[in-house]
Amino acid sequence: MNQTLNLLVGVAMGLNLLALGSSRLPSVIRTMAVQGVVLGVLPLVIEQDFDWLVALVALVTVAVKGFVIPTMLRRAMRSANIEREVEPFIGFVPSLLLGAVGTIAAVAVAGALPLLPEHTGTLLVPGALASVFTGFVLMVGRVKAISQVCGYLILENGIYLFGLLLIHSTPLLVESGILLDLTVGVFVIGIIVDRIQRAFDSLDTRKLTVLRE
Amino acid sequence: MKELLLIFVPFVGAALAAVWPSERTRPWLLPSFAAVHTGLVFWMLVNPPTVAPAAWFGFDPLARAVLPAVSLLFLACAVYGVSYLRIRSERPNRVFVAALLAILGLLSAGHQARHLGLLWIATEAVTLAAVPLLHFNSTPRAFEATWKYLLIGGTGIALSLLGSFCLGYASLRGGGSGDLTFTALMAQGAALSRPWVLIAWVLLLVGYGTKMGLAPMHTWKPDAYGEAPGIVGAILAGGVTTVAFTAILRVRAVVDAAGASEVAGRTLLVVGLFSMLVAALLLLATRDFKRMLAYSSVEHMGILVIAAALGRAGVWAALFHVWSNSLTKGALFLSAGNIRRAAGGRTIDEVSGMTAVTPQSAAIFVTGMFAVTACPPFGPFFSELRVLRAAVETGHGVAAGMFLAGLLFVFFGLTRLVFAIVDGRPRVSASKTGESRVRETAGVILPPLILLGFSLWLGLATPSVLRDAWTAAVEQLFPSP
Repeated sequence: MNQTLNLLVGVAMGLNLLALGSSRLPSVIRTMAVQGVVLGVLPLVIEQDFDWLVALVALVTVAVKGFVIPTMLRRAMRSANIEREVEPFIGFVPSLLLGAVGTIAAVAVAGALPLLPEHTGTLLVPGALASVFTGFVLMVGRVKAISQVCGYLILENGIYLFGLLLIHSTPLLVESGILLDLTVGVFVIGIIVDRIQRAFDSLDTRKLTVLRE
Repeated sequence: MKELLLIFVPFVGAALAAVWPSERTRPWLLPSFAAVHTGLVFWMLVNPPTVAPAAWFGFDPLARAVLPAVSLLFLACAVYGVSYLRIRSERPNRVFVAALLAILGLLSAGHQARHLGLLWIATEAVTLAAVPLLHFNSTPRAFEATWKYLLIGGTGIALSLLGSFCLGYASLRGGGSGDLTFTALMAQGAALSRPWVLIAWVLLLVGYGTKMGLAPMHTWKPDAYGEAPGIVGAILAGGVTTVAFTAILRVRAVVDAAGASEVAGRTLLVVGLFSMLVAALLLLATRDFKRMLAYSSVEHMGILVIAAALGRAGVWAALFHVWSNSLTKGALFLSAGNIRRAAGGRTIDEVSGMTAVTPQSAAIFVTGMFAVTACPPFGPFFSELRVLRAAVETGHGVAAGMFLAGLLFVFFGLTRLVFAIVDGRPRVSASKTGESRVRETAGVILPPLILLGFSLWLGLATPSVLRDAWTAAVEQLFPSP
């Protein structure tokens, strides 16, 4: 079970780097969606015994992270009529390098943390830390609102990975509440993105500088 | 059962507002449902229900000590809202009214959550529900402020979720069940894995600190408070921030139980003093009186966490300060809203002589300014005096000195701005639009005046039921052995 788990988390960590390196927004969104699907399946891998409730939550997670949220983002992207990220604060190659360093650091830090025996061999903690870090790089380093949202979602994916450590103790009610909040959050963000587009005629967050002090 | 009513009553109001057909009568839903909520919460303040220790949810002493203040502030804002939305009748108010009532329900949920996960869900939901309120004015600046609020607030709240999970893992690693109720975590105490507790503490402090607006995570605050209507600013500054503060208090109690009380106290003290310092410096620089209120809020959040670092007496003072800050800040925000509408501008370059244009609002604004800068005999003076005493008693002399210096600078900053606005000769354009458009009706004057009255009452004669509630809350957070 650990091997499948590590394989999937490893894929998610690779997708982090892919997201950092791509300049086209559709591919960033797609990367994030694939990552969401991969993470959504994880609870089924971790739970040895098949449980309907876990399966249901996994299904909903896959649907929300893999399809609903990406669709909302694509719609926002189309209405804003932008395709690529231009002139990011942190270039694509530097962010890729940062991501690689961050991933290595995540593995090192996770090695230093006191983990339970059943978690020591897995990539769950390094994967979580690396995704959180990737999310931060994207949020700080990109100027388009949609890229920043993707960064936020990758950060959330990292937190979700960490949450899997607690899968046996956190009630599913909490998990579903978190998922609901996330969906509504992206929905709200989508509306705001649309309004910013209309108000500023651009989704370039560098233009949001009236309120600087 | 009643604790659930506190959540469902505002939700019913929000649902009703969403389907209510008439724009003109819809705002009346605000004070009606707020009044029921306030009545209920004060009844529970006097007759506290018992809460099962393992309950995920309940009107426990800490909720009892803080939630009534939020409800009272909300009621005043709701009454003000009726007049405000009549003035702003050119804008549809369906979403505004529904979101405000939803926020009241979610704030009740957040204050009563005794489970880290539930607390997080409620806080995140409040963050999202506040979004339509922030861009009510629909100006480009308002959208910019909303975007910053969403991105910074969202990141902060995400980090607090990570912190919650870390605390859960601390319990698992320590041989516990990973139960995220505060009672279970506190019961596990020193068995919690220390490195994970410390990581969780940092993440939760940064996360909920962002929601509170502690420096250096305060950057969304001036924008959001500056662009949002005064009524929204009042509810954010006096209501939403208190949920984040009680969250920090609850987590702090767990960290204490885990034997890391020293670290927790020191970090709170440093963050608090830094917030006061940043707020004081920005107050000396800003020229915008709505942003001034945001910086003043940063300062008061700093005072709250400083107080929380100072042991039992400090936490008691902090709960007192939650009340005096919420009520006084409410009066300031609402009167500032009146002035802003009459003046048509927000900076001291555009606005002056408001005593001539809006004499009553200006009077409330000036009095509120004195109250909030801790002039006797208003509530903040006495609560801050207690903070100071707690600092001296616990041997934090240097911190007490810095605290006083911070208060002094803030006083300079606030008086400079406030008197520039109310004094002098009214600008021609301002007085013209003022007389034609804005009349100081009872609906926009009484709510801030009553809030100020409550602040005065808190200072002169703190009701014994409140003192008991605060003592009980301190007892919950620092159980005597």
